[in-house]
Amino acid sequence: MKQTFFRNHENRSNRILPQEKKIQAGIKKDRTGSARARLVFFGLLAFLLLLGSVFSEALAPYDPDLQDLTIAKAAPSAAHLLGTDRYGRDMLSRVIAGSRASIFSTLLLVAVITAIGTLIGVFCGWNGKRADAVLMRISDIFLAFPGLVFAMAVAGLLGGGLHNAIIALAAISWPKYARIARSQTLAQRETAYLKAARLAGSGTVKIIFVHLLPNIMGPILVTSMLDIGTMMMELAGLSFLGLGAKPPTAEWGSMMSDARSLMTTAPWVAFSPGAAIFLSVMVFNLLGDTVRDYADPRSRDL
Amino acid sequence: MQGEKKGPVLEVRDLTKIFSRRGQPSVTAVDRVSFSLMPGECLGIIGESGSGKSTLVNMITRLIDTDSGQIFLKGRDITRLRGRALRSVYSELQMVFQQPADSFDPRRTLGHGIGESLRNSGWSSADAAEEIGKLLERCGLAAAFAGRYPHEVSGGQCQRAAIARALAIRPSILLCDEATSALDVTVQQEILSLLQTLRRQQGEEFSILFICHDIALVQQFCDRVLVMYQGRIVEEGIPDNVIQNPSHPYTKRLIDSIL
Repeated sequence: MKQTFFRNHENRSNRILPQEKKIQAGIKKDRTGSARARLVFFGLLAFLLLLGSVFSEALAPYDPDLQDLTIAKAAPSAAHLLGTDRYGRDMLSRVIAGSRASIFSTLLLVAVITAIGTLIGVFCGWNGKRADAVLMRISDIFLAFPGLVFAMAVAGLLGGGLHNAIIALAAISWPKYARIARSQTLAQRETAYLKAARLAGSGTVKIIFVHLLPNIMGPILVTSMLDIGTMMMELAGLSFLGLGAKPPTAEWGSMMSDARSLMTTAPWVAFSPGAAIFLSVMVFNLLGDTVRDYADPRSRDL
Repeated sequence: MQGEKKGPVLEVRDLTKIFSRRGQPSVTAVDRVSFSLMPGECLGIIGESGSGKSTLVNMITRLIDTDSGQIFLKGRDITRLRGRALRSVYSELQMVFQQPADSFDPRRTLGHGIGESLRNSGWSSADAAEEIGKLLERCGLAAAFAGRYPHEVSGGQCQRAAIARALAIRPSILLCDEATSALDVTVQQEILSLLQTLRRQQGEEFSILFICHDIALVQQFCDRVLVMYQGRIVEEGIPDNVIQNPSHPYTKRLIDSIL
């Protein structure tokens, strides 16, 4: 007892300086510090989900499309952790396989609309004049439409399938990014540092990519992070309505749609894709929130 | 043309800028302004806010277009230059801005900003880095400031870095657009003495166009002064003479307001 006490005491006196430093740093950087910790945590979770979706084939314990009617609608067991669906396909394997269609496609979709929307917005904000007016009226039209209805119309026009669902969602989602990028560009266009870059002999393209974009990417990135969850839901929603992934492709939305009639007899068939959507949307939304907190200039460099 | 040593390094003829907006009366910000800047000279332009000083500077640096009139840089008409040809102008003509911190990209280091013109004219980044260190030291800062961000340094330090940036490409003309206005009085004097030292070092090779609203600074620093009022040059002369015998009512008011 005594020994322990002394050891502790010694330790304390030795460490008092770093501890104090930590406390001071904690007061100063509390917001930043905790935001960074959350960023790492949710970033890691999101990364794991992404990794899982990329290597889904290797991770799935069974072939997700393998039918075995002898074990159809089997309840969760040791062999089939999440049970089986009406054709005896292993639900765990199908949920894992579905992550490729759901997570990977969503990230691709968000990346594409962020890039396209930002480029259009920067172009409009930088040049102004007629091209700006025309492009912004077009974006107004897209913004004025109820999103999912428009996506359904596009998906209906182009036919079903995951690709067309992605194109449909991209068509209605870029204007938001174009708006943000445009207003940010307008706010930055007359700043002294861009004039200084011009005086340093940098051309327009260089000024935009080296100076303007890094300074306006913050709000755009936050928006796209927050959009991942929404897009995931909308993609699953379109699939649920039969306008996205086509059976037998495993996709969470269409899997849930499939399972509607089994809700009372085999609820696990609907439960697992639903839980997968819920968990991934939540992880990406929390990641988006964290990125927003972190990117907030008031919480940085205090 | 370029060979003539005695000719003005910068000449402005009848420069005019009219801002017009639909539904509103147009404003003549700069009205037929003409002047010339001689080699080695320090020319002050003074005037109240709204008198068109900044518009004039923006036209000379071609950041905004000119409505009429001409700008000659070492005898070459640069009024309508565009693209690559315009960029070559900036190796002769550099500028120090009013707000030092705003004139550096907040996401890049001071060194990145100072070296930008060097890299654009083909310097390797190693050579540029060395030159950036020298430039900073010439402007009274440690070479280590190259690694700092604009928000990490004081206004005076940032303005020194901005001067280092303007000098990097070795221009023959330095435009100072209210370069000392955002700084407090003691730092103002430091920056002025830095500019004075630079003038002494460079002699005839280096002219300064010093835009300012503080007549005391102009008197201290400039060889000649132009007084701008409502877009026009209303008075011109040696600062001491202008201050003692102001002829235009605005100049009189300006001087009375200080005394």
